[in-house]
Amino acid sequence: MLDKKSKAALVDPLFDDNPIGKQVLGICSALAVTTMLSTSVVMCLAVAGVLVASNVIISAIRNLIPSSIRIIVQLTIISSLVIVCDQVLKAYAYEVSKQLSVFVGLIITNCILMGRAEAFAMQNGPVPSFFDALGNAGGYSVVLVAVAFVRELFGSGSLMGVKVLPLVTEGGWYTPNGLLVLSPAAFFLIGGLIWALRVFKPKQVEKELVVHIPAESHGGAA
Amino acid sequence: MTSHALSLLVKSIFVENMALAFFLGMCSFLAVSKRISTAIGLGVAVTFVMALTVPVNNLLLRGLLREGALAWIHPSLETVDLSFLVFLSFIGTIAALVQIVEMAIERFAPALYGALGVFLPLIAVNCAILGGSLFMDQRDYDFGESVIFGVGSGLGWLLAIVALAAVREKLRYSNPPEALRGLGLTFMVTGLLAICFMAFAGVSL
Repeated sequence: MLDKKSKAALVDPLFDDNPIGKQVLGICSALAVTTMLSTSVVMCLAVAGVLVASNVIISAIRNLIPSSIRIIVQLTIISSLVIVCDQVLKAYAYEVSKQLSVFVGLIITNCILMGRAEAFAMQNGPVPSFFDALGNAGGYSVVLVAVAFVRELFGSGSLMGVKVLPLVTEGGWYTPNGLLVLSPAAFFLIGGLIWALRVFKPKQVEKELVVHIPAESHGGAA
Repeated sequence: MTSHALSLLVKSIFVENMALAFFLGMCSFLAVSKRISTAIGLGVAVTFVMALTVPVNNLLLRGLLREGALAWIHPSLETVDLSFLVFLSFIGTIAALVQIVEMAIERFAPALYGALGVFLPLIAVNCAILGGSLFMDQRDYDFGESVIFGVGSGLGWLLAIVALAAVREKLRYSNPPEALRGLGLTFMVTGLLAICFMAFAGVSL
């Protein structure tokens, strides 16, 4: 059903070329919205919607965009889509949109959007771009949901707001790990996730960082 | 008034640090923190642009976008609410200002342009800049507060990226597990830095 290119565009970003783990894009929101599973699911859907739409639109008009002003054109398209997304969230999921606060607006500067527009949509037709967007949104969501799952389950003993582990304060047995609801926990979890990913996919280890210590120390760190 | 301003400045630099408490501007934060010299360059550029864009966006918000803000043109525009255009106009202002700043620096301070040049275009899509403006909108700062907030947030970001770059320069001589090198370790160090910055919580002047 899918030709080879579309399939690669769809599947690769999930693990091999994950936008967060490999390309280091879209980190800001990945860290900030993951204290609860429900907000991160909504965030993933919002990013997926905007990413798919922007990739398809940009690739459809890629031959009409003068290259000197392409950044502005891309930003305008993306921010219009984010406005739509924000209005929809305010209308149908007001509570969650309040919790996400500025992070819905910050989808505009989510590097995944600009990154995919520049790296893929500007060179490829709308159909592969559609699958590329879907794949990257999937890769982003995998990381976001995994981090949010750990943080909500062990940080506040619940999943999607439903109590799973009964807390000590409410007569149960589970003492919540207070660190996980704080912001630094997200860094440790994503750091650990990247570590795990690279143990199984050694290709992803950054080559230039494997320095030869003697040569390096003579050169100095200027 | 002075104490309020000072407290806002300290809050925006340390307590609510853009990078370490709100994770904004993370992409360039992680990518450009390999060396102290480049980190300082990017940090200064961010501070500069932030100190300009937040007040300008504040004027834009109060003069054009808020509900009833257009009343100064004609009383019949009292009920017009353009606040849904906030994202588009903020990002437009930021992109345009970055462009103007880039051209002005190139013309009048070529040395500074040489130092900042490569980072300036990157800044248009740095989420710390847009985040600063969006927080300014959400917290309803007036013009004076927005100037202080813009400068403070920029300085806080500069402080954070220079601190991380300094740690990473030392880390190159350590010997972590192969798979943890680079990005994984950087994340964990940033997490530790964020914990350090949490010690500032509750500080007020």
